[in-house]
Amino acid sequence: MAKLKYWAPVFMMMLPGLIYLFINNYIPMGGLIAAFKQVNFADGIYGSPWADPWYKNFTTKDAFVITRNTILYNFAFILVNNIFGIIIAIFISDVRSKAAKKIYQSAVLFPFLMSMVIVSYIVFALLSNENGMLNKSILPMLGMEPVSWYITPEVWPVILVVVNFWKGVGYGCLIYIAAIAGIDKATYEAAQIDGASRFQIIRNITLPSLVPSIITLVMLSVSKIFFSDFGLFYQVPQNSGAVFSTTNTIDTYVYRALLEQNNPSMSAAAGFYQSVVWFALVLAVNALVRRFSRENALF
Amino acid sequence: MLKTKENRRYQLLCNCVLTVMTLFMIFPFVLLFMSSVTEENTLIMNGYSLFPQKFSLGAYQYIFQNGQKIFHAYGVTIFVTAAGTCINVLMSSMLAFGLSRKNLPFRRILTFYVFFTMLFNGGLVPSYIMYTGTFHIKNTIFAMLVPNLLMSGVNVLLVRTYFANSIPDALYEAAEIDGAGQARIYFQIALPLGKPILVTTGLFAALGYWNDWTNGLYYVNQERYWGIQNLLNKMISDVQALTSGLMSKQMAGMLSTMPSVSVRMAIAFVAMLPVLAVYPFLQKYFAEGIAMGAVKG
Repeated sequence: MAKLKYWAPVFMMMLPGLIYLFINNYIPMGGLIAAFKQVNFADGIYGSPWADPWYKNFTTKDAFVITRNTILYNFAFILVNNIFGIIIAIFISDVRSKAAKKIYQSAVLFPFLMSMVIVSYIVFALLSNENGMLNKSILPMLGMEPVSWYITPEVWPVILVVVNFWKGVGYGCLIYIAAIAGIDKATYEAAQIDGASRFQIIRNITLPSLVPSIITLVMLSVSKIFFSDFGLFYQVPQNSGAVFSTTNTIDTYVYRALLEQNNPSMSAAAGFYQSVVWFALVLAVNALVRRFSRENALF
Repeated sequence: MLKTKENRRYQLLCNCVLTVMTLFMIFPFVLLFMSSVTEENTLIMNGYSLFPQKFSLGAYQYIFQNGQKIFHAYGVTIFVTAAGTCINVLMSSMLAFGLSRKNLPFRRILTFYVFFTMLFNGGLVPSYIMYTGTFHIKNTIFAMLVPNLLMSGVNVLLVRTYFANSIPDALYEAAEIDGAGQARIYFQIALPLGKPILVTTGLFAALGYWNDWTNGLYYVNQERYWGIQNLLNKMISDVQALTSGLMSKQMAGMLSTMPSVSVRMAIAFVAMLPVLAVYPFLQKYFAEGIAMGAVKG
C-alpha cells in the first residue's frame, strides 16, 4: 500500500500519455477487422455486416500495380539514398575547412525539413506545362520538344527518385557522418603513416566502420518496404490521374479509396495488408539482424 | 593530416563534388524565391526562371493587402504548432519520467506498451472512422492537433533513456528526503536536467506540426481550420483541376480571381520562411536529433 501511495502521483503523470497511445494507436488496431467487413459510416466498423465472401475487399485489379510500385520505389530509394548518402558523408567528413564543412552539412539537410506541399510547388515550378522552367528554358535550349510531365507516366519513376533523393538524402547522410565521427582518429593516422592511399583508407577503414549503421538504416527501410511517403506520391505528381500507373502506391490507394471514392472497405483491406506484412517484416528483419550482429538488433 | 600531393588532390575532389551537391540542394529554393519576385507578365511569357528579366514585389504586396485568408491560415498553423508542441513535450516527458524510474511497478509492461506502437498500427481507415465517428473531431481545431502528432512512442523512449542515463537515483532520493513530492521532482529536477533532449524532440514535434497538411486533408473541409500548408495544397490542386479540364466553367471563372502564379509562389515562400529563419541557429539540434533517431511529429 505504501508503495502504491508513493507511485500514485507518477502514474497520474503518466496517464495522459498512456491514454493518448491507447486512443491513437491501440483502438485503431482492433479496427483492422474492417478489412473483412462491408463498412458503412453510419454503423461504424463493429456494427457493419461481414463481407461476403470474406476476401471480397481484397480482390481489386489495382493490387498488383500498387504493390509493385511501392516495392520497386522503395528499392530504388534505399539504393540511391544510401549509396549517395555514404559518399557525401565520407566527403563531408574529410573536408578540412570547418566553414565549408558546415555549409555542406547545412545544405544537405535543409530539404529534409520542408513540407511535401512546398516541395510540390518547387517541382511544379520546374515541370509545369505552361510556365515550367524545364519546358520554357532548359528543353528549348537543348533543342528538345516540351514534355507534358503531369500526363506522361514514364517519366515519374525518375522524377520521384530524384525528388526523394533531394529531400531525403540528408537524413541518412547525417547518421553516417555521426558514425564516421565516432571512428578513432589514431586508426587513420596510422594508416597514413603506413602509406595507405585515400582510396585504401576509405575501403579498409571508413566503410567497414559504417557497416553497423548501414545495416540498421537499410533494415529499417526494408521493414517499411510496404509503406510509401504519402506526400511524395500524392502531392508531388499533384494527384494527376493520368500518371497513376507509375505513381499509385498502397498509401495513395488507401487514401483515394477512403476519401475520394468513398469505399472504406477496399481502403481498409489495403491497410490491413500493409500493416500485417509490415509487422511480419519487422519481426523477420530483426531476427535476421540478431543472428548476424546482436548489438544492431532493434529488440 | 599530412599535406601530400594526393591529399591536396583529394581535398579538391571533395570540395568540387560537394559544391555541386550544395548547388543542387539549394537551387530549388532559389527558384521558388525568384518565381515569387518575378513580374507576373514576365512569368507568363518566359516561365519560372532563376534569372527573371523583370522583378516585382507585387506578389508580396498582394499578400499584405488582400491576405486575410492567408494570415488566418498562418495564424492557425502558428497556434497549432505552439499548442501541439507544448502538449507533446509535456505528455512525452511525463510518461518518460515514469518509465525512467527503475523501481516503477509494471515498468517492463508499460515500456512494451509504448514500444509496440512502433511496430504495429491500424492504419488510416480505423483511425479515420474512430476520430470522425466516435470523437467527432471532423471540422474542429482538434483535427489539426490530435491525430498522430500529439506524441510518438519513439520520442517517449528517447526521453526515457536520456532521463535514466543522466539523472542519478541519488538525486531523486535526496529530493525525497528533503520532502519533495513526485510532481515537484519532475518539474524541478527531471525537466531542467532533460533540457537537451526535450529541446531536440520538441523541435521535431514543432516541425511536424508546422509541415503537416495530412490531418487537414483527412479531417477538415472548412477553410477556417486550415493551416497554411492546407491552403497551399488547395490552391495548387485547384490549378491542376483547371489545367486538366476537370473543372466547370463557373469554377474556372472563380479561379481567375484567385492568387496569380507569382502570388502562389510567394505564399509558399512565406510558409517556409520560419523554418529557413530558425535553421541556422537550430541546425545542431536537428542534426543531433536525426543521429539519435528522433522523428517528426
